[in-house]
Amino acid sequence: MTNLTRRSFVTGVGAASVAPTAALLTPAQARAEPASDTSVPKPTYIFFNADEALFIEAACERLIPADESGPGALGAWVPNYLDKQLGGAWGAGERLYRSGPWAAGTPSQGYQLPFTPAELFHASLRAIIRDLKSQRASFHEMSGDAQDAYLKSLESGAHDLDGVPSAEFFDMLLKMTVEGFFSDPVYGGNRDMVAWRMIGFPGAYADYYEAIDLHGVKFVREPMSLAEDGKGHVHMRQDIPANL
Amino acid sequence: MVQRLKEVDVVVIGVGMVGSIVAKELAAAGYKVVGLERGEPRFTVPEFQSPAIHDELRFDVRKALMQDNTREPVTFRNQGSQLALPVRRWESFLPGTGLGGSMVHWNGQTYRFQATDFQLATRTRERYGKTFLGPDVTIQDWGVTYDDLEPHYDRFEYLLGTSGKAGNIKGKIQPGGDPHESPRSREYPTPPMKEHFSGAMFRKAASSLGYHPFPQPSSNLSQPYTNPEGVKLNACVFCGFCERYACEHYAKSVPQTVILPVLLANPNFELRTGCQVQRINLDSTKKQATGVTYIDAVGREFMQPASLVITSMFAINNIRMLLLSGIGAPYDPAKGQGVVGRNYAYQTMSTVASFFDEGIIVNPFMASGASGTLINDFAGDNFDHSGLGFIGGAFIGAVNTNGRPIQYHPVPPGTPAWGKGWKQAVVKHYNHTVMFSLHGSSVAQRQNYCDLDPTYRDAWGQPVLRITFDFPPNDLKMAAHVTAKAVDIGKAMGAKQVVGSPRTGPYTVTQYQTTHNTGGTVMGENPKTSVVNRYLQSWDVPNVFVIGASNYPQNASWNPTGTLGALTYWAIDALKTKYLKHPGRLVSA
Repeated sequence: MTNLTRRSFVTGVGAASVAPTAALLTPAQARAEPASDTSVPKPTYIFFNADEALFIEAACERLIPADESGPGALGAWVPNYLDKQLGGAWGAGERLYRSGPWAAGTPSQGYQLPFTPAELFHASLRAIIRDLKSQRASFHEMSGDAQDAYLKSLESGAHDLDGVPSAEFFDMLLKMTVEGFFSDPVYGGNRDMVAWRMIGFPGAYADYYEAIDLHGVKFVREPMSLAEDGKGHVHMRQDIPANL
Repeated sequence: MVQRLKEVDVVVIGVGMVGSIVAKELAAAGYKVVGLERGEPRFTVPEFQSPAIHDELRFDVRKALMQDNTREPVTFRNQGSQLALPVRRWESFLPGTGLGGSMVHWNGQTYRFQATDFQLATRTRERYGKTFLGPDVTIQDWGVTYDDLEPHYDRFEYLLGTSGKAGNIKGKIQPGGDPHESPRSREYPTPPMKEHFSGAMFRKAASSLGYHPFPQPSSNLSQPYTNPEGVKLNACVFCGFCERYACEHYAKSVPQTVILPVLLANPNFELRTGCQVQRINLDSTKKQATGVTYIDAVGREFMQPASLVITSMFAINNIRMLLLSGIGAPYDPAKGQGVVGRNYAYQTMSTVASFFDEGIIVNPFMASGASGTLINDFAGDNFDHSGLGFIGGAFIGAVNTNGRPIQYHPVPPGTPAWGKGWKQAVVKHYNHTVMFSLHGSSVAQRQNYCDLDPTYRDAWGQPVLRITFDFPPNDLKMAAHVTAKAVDIGKAMGAKQVVGSPRTGPYTVTQYQTTHNTGGTVMGENPKTSVVNRYLQSWDVPNVFVIGASNYPQNASWNPTGTLGALTYWAIDALKTKYLKHPGRLVSA
């Protein structure tokens, strides 16, 4: 994997020899994913390099794992969501006030780092991958328990990740993983609206004038994406701006 | 090179709710009015249409309708001894921008404050004694009474078409309404909205405990309505995308659906968007405004002369405009002197989550922004505070406004933050949980204030506003007391687990609470403790009127918009019947 260029990684995704997800399918996930899933195309990464993608895929799946209720972050294409957001305007600091001077501040003052989300992820992932390599470890090949322990060590803030407190990186990773899981599939995660089906959220469908009178009655309907065409195909758009 | 424009009668800074109502009235009265709006023009069609508007990530998480904090942030600290730092991402409160202002993304919860709220200092002294509150609490009377404002509340509610049930008409208690409300002159313009299942459960439980549940007054309408301006609204369909969103159905009362069509048709009014006002200009005496200076969207600087200037921005932006313009003495907390920025207050929000088993199906995504069921038994001064050590209170309500899952996936305490345990809890509880909102009052406190930041600048090079705020002990005591009462209601609903989360300190800008920032340009009868007089006229510069929730001397137990609407019509009345006939001070200092 180390001699793989980014381009060859990108074009090679999906081929058995480099498919980064293959080793990560837990038995539970294998049960939850329909058999036809092997034919579903895998995301093409534009932001993450090969090593970063391996970490992100494995980490996201630990944050939201596949289980009997349905696919996890991997099956929902959350890494693809992260990749497109971090590679786009959001990653570049959209809606983030970026002027100095810089000071650490109190927890109640919120995020105070100079890093854009893209910079924060690259710095953190570089440090994490270097750290693991020095231990001759590879996150995606660890056991689930070992992965959880490593993620918890990031969450507790114990590491300095090339200037990023690891708790800050973990917080952003977790937030964006939940976003990618539950946001409209137009952004590239929540594939097939799996997360919405799991909880019974009808998505962009939004007229309950009659149904609201049926107190306590389960509302059963296929969820709807805001980018769904007449045939039910969701057209992904990575560049919806965070303004009107 | 500054271009000097032709003088007009009135300049309105900020064309949101207040700005559009004031501009409409004065333009209709024959005055030449220019409305300066920093944001973009935007309308129900085409800007607010679905399905694109039903995008939780864009509008909820990323705050698409909000003030551009990359160009115009605020700084914040809890204590005056700390270094204030920029709020680099909006979270705790969400000021809007663009035509229609923050009202475009409101929930439509439309209350009146109670008669006692307007005389809070007097009332507290009389009922609980002079020493009931510590010296740090700087509450004061408003300088207007409920009776002064009643006709203006009425006019505002009929402009919006608010859906509700009166509880007190001219002193006669009405079944089904809020018996604690101060007398209103007539019924709401439209009947209450349909009740959500969570509200029905709350109603039953609250009644069983002897409380007085009533339907939340809503400016998402229960039925089609034509307002006195001749503008038509539709009925709300409970889409579940209300707060932080614009309504595609013409069912939420916002400037676009209640007044802008009339205003924009009047040739006496000119709307200029993309215009960032830098300051109100004063003459050499500093007692008279000559107009405003603004920079347009392409960066050109203009001077717009005007006889009358009305600042009608979101509360914190009103404060900053006065500070940037040198109108009124800035507040100094060390000396307790000065007025601009003083008595900045907020809202003390707590929650209660009631977790049911799978048999109770809540459907949280079927929601309007304001179709809850509430009690006012623990709001304001509706209960005896003797021996409690605090004033104020909160309404308690099952106010189910949405089930949008990035932000709404309630889990009980003890649930892991991620992993299989988290996911299982989300699936288990998403459709089987009822959330109560406890909407608490906020006293003014000596240490809480706003001023200009010494370091950080906006994109135009002007100092940004610095907010120094933490929850007063009074309000944290109130939150604990009322939360315990709400937990009892959750238990009476038969929930398996009821979790009360009273607001605790320190105040943080990292967690959404409410966009009900108040104070800083407060109204009153004494120029030493207020920025504007009872008609919202600047004590220092009489041809400047400041209208906003920044006028509130402290904040009450309800959402502030209804009272702001009433104050707007109250000030318009004073402008039309008094000031414009004889420009000058309406109250002698």
